[in-house]
This record gives sequence, structure tokens and C-alpha cells, in this order.
Amino acid sequence: MAYALQQLINGLTLGAMYGLIAIGYTMVYGIIGMINFAHGDIFMVSAFIAVTAFTILAAADVTSIPLALTFVLIVSIFFTSAYGWAVERTAYRPLRGSTRLAPLISAIGMSIFLQNSVQLTQGARVKPIPPVLEGGIVLWEAPGFTVQIGWSQMLIIVTTVILMSAFTWMITQTPFGRQQRACEQDRTMAALLGVNVDRTISYTFMLGAALAAVAGVMVTVYYGVVDFFIGFLAGIKAFTAAVLGGIGSLPGAMLGGLLIGLIESFWAAYLWAEYKDVATFGILCLVLMLRPSGLLGRPEVEKV
Amino acid sequence: MSAVVFARHAMTPAERLRDAGWVAFVGLILGIPLVGLTTVDVGGRLGVETRFGLLAAAVAAVFAGRLLLRWAIDQARNRKQERDRASTATAADRAHGAQRVVNVLGWVALGASIALPIVFSDNRYVVDTATTVLIYVMLGWGLNVVVGLAGLLDLGYVAFYAVGAYSYALLSTQFGWSFWEALPVSGALAASFGILLGYPILRLRGDYLAIVTLGFGEIIRIILVNWTEFSNGPNGISSIPRPSFFGLDFTRSAPEGGQTFAGFFGLEFSPMHRLIFLYYLILVLALLTHAFVSRLRKLPVGRAWEALREDEIACQAMGMNTTNIKLSAFAIGAMLGGFAGVFFAARQGFISPESFTFTESAIILAIVVLGGMGSQMGVVLAATLLVLIPEFGRNFAEYRMLLFGLAMVLIMVWRPGGLLSHREPTVHLNASGKTAATKEAAR
Repeated sequence: MAYALQQLINGLTLGAMYGLIAIGYTMVYGIIGMINFAHGDIFMVSAFIAVTAFTILAAADVTSIPLALTFVLIVSIFFTSAYGWAVERTAYRPLRGSTRLAPLISAIGMSIFLQNSVQLTQGARVKPIPPVLEGGIVLWEAPGFTVQIGWSQMLIIVTTVILMSAFTWMITQTPFGRQQRACEQDRTMAALLGVNVDRTISYTFMLGAALAAVAGVMVTVYYGVVDFFIGFLAGIKAFTAAVLGGIGSLPGAMLGGLLIGLIESFWAAYLWAEYKDVATFGILCLVLMLRPSGLLGRPEVEKV
Repeated sequence: MSAVVFARHAMTPAERLRDAGWVAFVGLILGIPLVGLTTVDVGGRLGVETRFGLLAAAVAAVFAGRLLLRWAIDQARNRKQERDRASTATAADRAHGAQRVVNVLGWVALGASIALPIVFSDNRYVVDTATTVLIYVMLGWGLNVVVGLAGLLDLGYVAFYAVGAYSYALLSTQFGWSFWEALPVSGALAASFGILLGYPILRLRGDYLAIVTLGFGEIIRIILVNWTEFSNGPNGISSIPRPSFFGLDFTRSAPEGGQTFAGFFGLEFSPMHRLIFLYYLILVLALLTHAFVSRLRKLPVGRAWEALREDEIACQAMGMNTTNIKLSAFAIGAMLGGFAGVFFAARQGFISPESFTFTESAIILAIVVLGGMGSQMGVVLAATLLVLIPEFGRNFAEYRMLLFGLAMVLIMVWRPGGLLSHREPTVHLNASGKTAATKEAAR
């Protein structure tokens, strides 16, 4: 029981991170109908930026943890959004209105390019940082097992909840949110009504990248190590989460992320840890077979 | 300005500079965290190292590159406009002319590939590299059926390659099957894996398919790594028997009751015999693949693949069973990948899950995309380039994947059809009013 509770906490933490990345996939899919394959690598870039920022702070002898976290978050969000913007501008915008396959292949190329440029410029070795947040609250002292919620886990869950509320407010209440939803429904009509479609799409990519940047900082704080390959698996899992929740649906992405995180940690705890990635892929196949529109998505109707 | 300017939006030098400056500024922002700063291991802890010199050089390169690129694009556009005005040749005629060049090139390449081991009969390195090129050509042709013809993006093609390789390895080491017995069985096994995976998924949209195939490729690799009793895990399977030439082995001494190749033909034993035999074997397999695929293209099923690639909804409206058509492309592609895998296992004599990573899938996809989706000659060209470039400069090897990625993006942006691809309508109206099928000619 205690063990299961601990897995629940771990799963929620993991799921919150997947959810943050999944929103990037789902928003981009909603607005231009393509899978942004490079999104996982944008997340990876943000983790590297976070490592560099933490190291700079350590060298500057900054000891205040809230200050350090705020600084790292701002730096990481700024640069990662720039990456999100640049990827869209160079690899996807010229291909708008092309065949379905073309932007997808260009996205895969972009993903390979980002991965290898990070490997070349930052090195292929794993980057460890000293633990930022240690310890936590002991929830339950069961005989032989202690259930603990770490400060970093709490940070992740709280940040995700705050971000999600802010984000939902932004999409439903602000002018940008209205434009974004308008473009999602009908790009031509939105353009006719005076919405700058190109700019809205750019902002969407930047927003997705910013959320991925938060996830990147959280991963760095939580695990303390990053390498250039983390984007691949995290990207696929977040995509699975987006599909599970119903691609194009924002609450769905978060729900899917939580479910994937929970399934993964329970699978690893009770079944075979080495096959936990297989479990994620298996879920992806099952969802696509049984309910392609996902849990909260609308069925897609393609018109000629 | 009295000179005639053909470009509609001729840029002034100031505009060019501003444009390049803006791009360089973006480059600077992107470069700061990755190029300008890096973390290095200093006595067990990370320390920050700055590389602002490199960053400045990179930004300057971006600035100059943008200026040059902009200028080159304008020049190319002007020249194209001029040419279009001057010549009355239609795009179809030009494509036809280009196609003739490609056809001649194809025959030259065939001749060269047959002559290669005779010319380099004592150069192990050349024959080995050429064999590798041919493996990739065959894989490219197999994937071309799926991606180029049917328009289904398969990111886990290496899974079928792995199925082929492991089925031969297990059948031969565990049950003593020979290469020729295992070849069709392994191909059929790969094809059935393709059907098994494809059946539930192919009803879905193309981009879902991409992710699911990617996941499938990873599943196969994870299983091969972890299921030690079956596949011997990360250690792989070694001492896989080599193929024989109609029962004649390529060994120094004959096995019991058998004969060696060298002994039968009265030649002096040389390890090169086997290499050359393997080379011709893969050449024959690749050519068979080519003939098979070219035939299929002219059959109704091949036509259906290309129709499906162009417009799925129209195909459904015409009463075509899209799932079965996709499934046939998927299965045939998987089978060809399986054949290539069998050959790979037989040639290496050792396989491990290391050889079947996503990178490998990406390389094969890059070959198909760079060559021009659907173009058989393009695949040969791209496979040769991608295998030879890292061979020529070993220092270059670490930039290989970087350049692959960059090339995939650039080629998609520049020519979404690939280097050697023409998407002509199958039937078009001539000036005289007669219809002519140009598809065969255009390939």
C-alpha cells in the first residue's frame, strides 16, 4: 500500500512533465495539423540550457534556491522559445500548403539536426549537476517503507498546476487565445477576418517551446542529469500522451500525460521495468486502434 | 536604374544588409546557449566554458551565408524567368530530357557495378564498401515502395531489417538452415510482421503511422536487447554461417563430404573469393528487387499505390480498398527489408541489436527522401553519397548525422519531391489532342 502510494506520487510527477511537453504537440497539431517531430528535441535543448544556467549560478555563488530557479526558468524559456520560433520559421513555414509528408520529413530532419548539433557543441557525455532541491516531506512511515514526497516533486506538480491554469486562462480569455482558436478552426476565414495567421502560428510554437522549457528545467532539477538523447523518448511519450488524451485537445494532453506517467511508474514497479517503454508504445497502438480520437478529442472529419 | 530588372522584388543593398543582419541576430540568440557557452567537467564538477570567438565566427558565417543565399536565390529566379521566356519547351519536355540522362546514367552505373570487383579484385576495402552501398540501395528500394510509391511514412523500417537478420541468424545457428532455405522464410516472416503491424494501423492518417512505426522499431529493439534467452541480448548472435555457392564453401579446407569453391574450380584459395561472391549476391538481390518493383509499378496495384499517395479521398470515392492497398505496399516493403536483413546477417556473421537503432531507420529514410521519393535511380545516387561521404573523411564522420538532418530539411524546403523526382500526371493532354501516358517515360 505504502509502495503503491509512493508510485502514485512518482507517476504524477512524471505525468506532469509529460503533460507539459504534450501540450506543445497538441497545440501545433491543432493549428497546422502536423506532428512537430522536433518538439522532443526542443525539450532536450531546454534541459541543456538549464544545466548551463545552473552551472553559471553555482559559479557565481548564488545560494538562494527560489532566485536560482526563477533565473533558470526565465533564461531557459527565453532561449527555448527562440528555438521554437526558428524551427517553425525555417523548417515548417516554407512547406505550408505542401504535401502531408513534406513537413513531417522536414521535422524529422530538424530533430536529427538538433540532436546532433547539441551532441557536437555540448559533448556526448551525460551532464550531471549537483542536486538543487534535496529532501522532502515524509507522508507516511509504514514498517519497512517510507512514503516521501520530495521538494522537487512538489515543485513540479505545483508549477504544472499553476502553468496549466494560466495557460487555460490565456487560451479561453485573452485576444491571443481567441485568435489561436480561430486559426485552429479555419485558417483562411481567420485570415479574412484580420487575424495574422503566420504570427499566431509562430506564437503557438513559441508557447509550446516555453512549456517544454519548463519541463526541461524540471527534469534537470528532478533527475540531475541530462544527455543529448533524452528528447527522443520524452518526445515519443509526450506524443503518446497527446494522442491518448485526444490530439488537439488541451485538457486531453494534460490528462494523457498524467495517465502515461502513472502507467509507466506502476508498470515499472510491478511488472517488468525493462519493458516500460514497450508499455507506452503498446498503449499508443491500442489507443489508435480502439479510439483514434482519444479520450477527450473530437473525431476528425476530412473534407475535400 | 536604367537596367532591366527581371525580378519583381529587387532588393536594394541596404535591404539585403538589413535582412542578413536580422538573420545573424537570430543566429546569435540561438548560438549563445549552445555554441557560446558549454559546460565541461572540471575535477568532478561542471564548470562553464565560454567560446565567444567561435560564436562570433558562426554569426559572421551566418551573416555572409544569408547574403550569399539571398543573392543566389534572386539570380536563380531571374535566370529561370529569362529561360522560361526564351524557350518554348514545356516542363514535360525538359523532364523527358532529364529522364533520358538518368536512364543512360543507370546503364553506366549497372556496367560499373558489374565491373567493379573484376577491376578491384584484390582490394578488399573497395569491394567491402561497395557491398555496403548495395545493402543500402536495396533497403532504399524496399522503403521506396512504402514511402515513395504508397506515400506511407515508415520510421521503423529497420525493424523488418532486424526481423530478417535475426530469423536467418536463429534458423541457421539453431536449426542448421542454409542461406537459401532461410531467405524466403525470413522474407515471409518480415512480411507477416508488416501485415501484423500494418493491419490495425493503416486505417489511420499518415502521421500516426509514422509514430507507430517508430514505436514498433523501438519495441523490436528493446525486445532483442532484453529477451536474452531468445536473442542472446546485447551480446548478439555470432558465428552465423556464410552463404555457399551452390553448396561450395568459401573456406580454406573442405568440410566433410563437401568441396570448397577454390578446390572445385581449381583456383588457389583466397579470402577475396567470398567477398566478391557476397558482392555479386547482393547485386543480384538488389537488381531482382529493382525488377520486381518496376514490374509492380505497372500493375494495377502499383498504380493504386501512386494514386493513393496523391489523393486518398479520391481513391476511396473510386471504390478502391485503401486498407488492402496500403497493406500490400507495407508487406512488400517489409519483405524486401527482411531479405536485406538476411544478407546483412550472412555477410557480417555477427549481429546485435546495436545495428538496428532508430539512426539506421533515419539513414534509410534519408536515402529515399534525398534521392527523390519514388525514384529508383535517386536511391542509388543517395545511397552511394551517404555511404561514401563519411568513408572519404574520417574526421567528417561525426558530422554525418548532422548533415543528414540538415539535408533532409533543406531538400524538403527546396524540392519537396526530392533530388530526382518528377511528379507528372500519369495521363496528360497533348497539343494535338491525343492523350499519352507519360508516367513510364517520366520515371
